[in-house]
Amino acid sequence: MIQMEFYLVVSTIMMFVGIYGFLTRRNLLAMLISVELILNSVDINFAVFNRFLFPGELEGFFFSLFAIGISAAETAVAIAIIINIYRNMKNIQVKNLRDMKW
Amino acid sequence: MDYTVLILLLPFLSFILLGLLGTKLKPVVAGVAGTAVTGIVAVLCYATAWMYFSAGRDASGVFPQVIAWNSEWLPFGGNLHIDLGFMLDPISVMMLVVISTVSLMVHIYSFGYMKGERGFQRYYAFLSLFTMSMLGLVVATNIFQMYIFWELVGVSSYLLIGFYYTRKEAIAASKKAFIVTRFADLGFLVGILIYGFYTGSFSFTPDSAVMGAARTMLPLALGLMFIGGAGKSAMFPLHIWLPDAMEGPTPVSALIHAATMVVAGVYLVARMFPLFIGYAPEVLHITAYVGAFTALYAAVVACVQSDIKRVLAFSTISQIGFMIVALGVCTSADPHEGGLGYMASMFHLFTHAMFKALLFLGAGCIIHAVHSNEMSAMGGLRKYMPVTHVTFLVACLAIAGIWPLSGFFSKDEILAACFRFSPVMGGIMTFIAGLTAFYMFRLYYCIFWGKENKELHAEHTPHEAPKSMTFPLMFLAVVTLVAGFIPFGHFVSSDGRAYDIHIDSDVAALSLCIAVAGILIATWMYLREDRKVADSLATKFSGLHKAAYHRFYIDEIYQFITHRIIFACISTPIAWFDRHVVDGFMNMLATVTQKSSWGIRQMQSGYIQRYCIWFLGGALGLVVLLLVI
Repeated sequence: MIQMEFYLVVSTIMMFVGIYGFLTRRNLLAMLISVELILNSVDINFAVFNRFLFPGELEGFFFSLFAIGISAAETAVAIAIIINIYRNMKNIQVKNLRDMKW
Repeated sequence: MDYTVLILLLPFLSFILLGLLGTKLKPVVAGVAGTAVTGIVAVLCYATAWMYFSAGRDASGVFPQVIAWNSEWLPFGGNLHIDLGFMLDPISVMMLVVISTVSLMVHIYSFGYMKGERGFQRYYAFLSLFTMSMLGLVVATNIFQMYIFWELVGVSSYLLIGFYYTRKEAIAASKKAFIVTRFADLGFLVGILIYGFYTGSFSFTPDSAVMGAARTMLPLALGLMFIGGAGKSAMFPLHIWLPDAMEGPTPVSALIHAATMVVAGVYLVARMFPLFIGYAPEVLHITAYVGAFTALYAAVVACVQSDIKRVLAFSTISQIGFMIVALGVCTSADPHEGGLGYMASMFHLFTHAMFKALLFLGAGCIIHAVHSNEMSAMGGLRKYMPVTHVTFLVACLAIAGIWPLSGFFSKDEILAACFRFSPVMGGIMTFIAGLTAFYMFRLYYCIFWGKENKELHAEHTPHEAPKSMTFPLMFLAVVTLVAGFIPFGHFVSSDGRAYDIHIDSDVAALSLCIAVAGILIATWMYLREDRKVADSLATKFSGLHKAAYHRFYIDEIYQFITHRIIFACISTPIAWFDRHVVDGFMNMLATVTQKSSWGIRQMQSGYIQRYCIWFLGGALGLVVLLLVI
């Protein structure tokens, strides 16, 4: 049987890969993907803790399903924003989006 | 007498109307509107004068002071407040008549003189402004109102001198006039403040109860006020602006720089006369010496000038000197004892305004005809311009003091007052009166007799001026002819009681003799075409002639003092200090602020990822902190 720690190691790696990607990618789409990675690592944690620490309970599973739904909606909104940015600026490079500051 | 307020309001409305709508109106309409308003004002002034003097004297035999209208304009603490009002007393009513008459004549005259000029409407707007401020000055109920209108007069004078604003000389002259008079007005203002501080009011006649403490400061306050008056009235050494002010249109010179504005200083001294005589007679005598020196200086300079308007300007300075002297030699308020000069000064102010305006307007006709101010372009004009010639001659005789013209009577009273003060003063003033006769007739012969400038006249034949210009000449000439017989002492005298003018036969004979002598010398020197005597005198005393021609280098001295001493030694170091130290400190503050804000701004880069790094760093920092603790 696979130990709980292995799942946690994988999810931690995913989490930091996501953070690294979010900080270093200069493309909005790549950043969005990185955010998804972070969310997924959290989902894994919910499922793993429910499975190993509270067997018979269902809150963790439902919470991860809930988070998947939310992240899908969030991704749709983010994609819509990115497409609009592209239409207006012909570009989705983050460094060109300084106008958003004001 | 509420309607008297209209005397101030109408010209003001006319100024607003012509000033704002001027360019929309046709020049003729604007001119007619301005002239009509001035005409109404003149009628109102005459009516006021008639009603005031026919209302009669009060029990003590003086014409009472009437405050036709008054309102508290600016209250300070205590009893100190500035009023705006309309006061009638003998001298203010007399001034109302003088100003409105001359102003009306100038308005009519300008129709012909300024015809076709650019800015005709603007010209009439400025004339209205000037008329309003001058009338406001003379009817002021207190010294501060007088000061307000005094400055307005200065501004309108500035605007009118610089009317031809495309000409460099006119701009320089207007600035010079404004700065010099403004500089003198500083003295006036300080005087007013001292006066207000110590007497606790700005009234012309403060309570004698409070005068105890103010007694010691009053001579200083009055002396400072006289500096302001000396600036406006072109007393030496503040006279330098007046000859240059001749750059303005000639009717303006007639109105402002001969008849009305320049006598404001005389009027000021006359207005403060009870205080001068009561508390500071020594200051009054100083004004007499200043006036006498100015009169002598200006008369000498006038003898050699070649620009006819300059001659008239210096003659104005000289005649104002006469008026100041007449006021200054008063030793008591009783006209029978030593206050004769007050009446004489006001009388001379009245007659001088009329004949000097006439001279200037005549000069305007001549300039209009020959298109030059220089005497060399004139000569022999009597054939071409009969009306101008006769009226000019009348004015010259009047200013020279020939019986029965108005100037004779007023000048005789002044000389009598001077002789009563001291024989030396009387002798000097009589000599200046002779000089006056000489230079006026030099001017007259050079314009109307002598050698004709044939070349100039061949290409442009001089012609008589149009009716609108000759009518004021004739009107003023008639006034000059009859004004001497006005029983002036019955209206204005130093103590307010009726005073019968009686001609002092010795003084009259002396002044008449010296005037005739001056005229004869001028005739001998300038009537003939060649002028050998004058030329040989000029070469013999070439140093004196040159110095007088250059006005004894007063302007150069001013130039030296202002540029070499004040600008170079004081202003330049102060400017350096201002630029480098004061501005430098402020610039340093600004630079530091800018630099530090630049540094802080870098944190707000707008890059989401940079924010995230800060966020991550912060979160990790907190974790580390929690672990350590």
